[in-house]
Amino acid sequence: MTEASSRLPAAARAIVEGDRRALARTITAIENGDPSADRIVRSLYGRSGRAPVVGLTGPLGVGKSSLVNSLVGRLRSLGQTVGVIGVDPSSPFTGGSVLGDRIRLERRADDTGVFFRSMASRGAAGGVAAATREVSRLLDAAGFDVVLVETVGSGQVDVAIRDIASTSIVVLVPHLGDEVQTLKAGLFEIADIFCVNKVDLPGAEQAKRDLSELVSLGGRPSEWEPPIVGTSTVEPQGIEELWNDVVAHEKFLDASGERTRGERKRLSSEIVGLARDRIGRELLDRLERDPSLRRLLDQVVARRIDPRTAADRLVRRGRSAR
Amino acid sequence: MPKAHAARKAPIRVLIAKPGLDGHDRGAKVVARALRDAGMEVIYAGLRQTPEEIVRAALEEDVDLIGLSILSGAHMALFPRVLSLLKEQGGGKIPVFAGGIIPDEDARRLKKAGIRAIFGPGTSLEEIVATARTLAHRAA
Repeated sequence: MTEASSRLPAAARAIVEGDRRALARTITAIENGDPSADRIVRSLYGRSGRAPVVGLTGPLGVGKSSLVNSLVGRLRSLGQTVGVIGVDPSSPFTGGSVLGDRIRLERRADDTGVFFRSMASRGAAGGVAAATREVSRLLDAAGFDVVLVETVGSGQVDVAIRDIASTSIVVLVPHLGDEVQTLKAGLFEIADIFCVNKVDLPGAEQAKRDLSELVSLGGRPSEWEPPIVGTSTVEPQGIEELWNDVVAHEKFLDASGERTRGERKRLSSEIVGLARDRIGRELLDRLERDPSLRRLLDQVVARRIDPRTAADRLVRRGRSAR
Repeated sequence: MPKAHAARKAPIRVLIAKPGLDGHDRGAKVVARALRDAGMEVIYAGLRQTPEEIVRAALEEDVDLIGLSILSGAHMALFPRVLSLLKEQGGGKIPVFAGGIIPDEDARRLKKAGIRAIFGPGTSLEEIVATARTLAHRAA
């Protein structure tokens, strides 16, 4: 045990030392908002920021899970350890979920170099769960060389992976639409790498051409030009190239200073988000005990004041009550 | 969220897996779907899982419950193996239930070995869901 790790809470130390059961339990605690995760998450933050966090996103059925499996195989053959998060949707009606991303995973049952965790989105929009960011950071702190995050089968505006991953791979297949689709805002804007999967299907060349036309239009926020990789997981091809592109992008992030810029931006929105949640909760707590909220609500229902004015008063009350 | 579970707030996580070599997973899928509709998070591990893979998945996914489906007749070899691996690897408290074609005599012995519930053909989904919920809560 190093001196630094002896100062960690017991569960955090266990995680750092490779205890997978402690890791799995802490992930559950993070997902459930269990206060027992709080100290662990805080104490391990300083150990994160080492592993590339690679996001795979794209519409449902394009082969994200199979690609994750292929990438895991590639990384293991390079001697790298991998932590994987596979996110699937929760039912908006029952809260239930079928998490099926594991089904594609092929690995030896005794290979401790891979850790796979399925995660339900639990009502979060954007393609990942509220806990995904902290769990990916936990896997990073636990010492995995690479963290892979597979999103929910995404729609056009599911771009939350951007706030978690250092490299985002947008996975598509042939015949998803004409080239105008690629011009639309949202998903296509967040790609650091475009992956045309099932490249053995007809139409793959057209899809790649449409994407390269999109890339050639420029207008990106950084100097990085997203490569377009054709892959197949049936007769495996392009997997090595896909990973090489990830490595190249990670190198670019360091060399260009984009990594620090991106981190600062992401972390500032994370901090503000956490603070906003807390202020909101505290405000609600206070007001629930405060009969004046009910009076305010009565007035809005009766159309005597409007919701905006009521919110102004709420904020003012919250401030003065502090 | 189901009422009975509201106190714990977190959904029940359950692993559904098919050990052994038969390829008939309709039953497992129907059960997975019913548990989903009951508000649970079902990790569907799919076909042809070895006991080692099942236990690995259960521990990584930190499930409250494991459901095994089998039609091949190899249950007397595979189920006890899952139970003993679970115990070995610190998951001995995770309840395991099973479904499939399992003769009464085998079912009695498997229950004695630690399989908590066994559902044969014709069991209603309501019964499976209710038992799953009870098992998960008792273990929590």
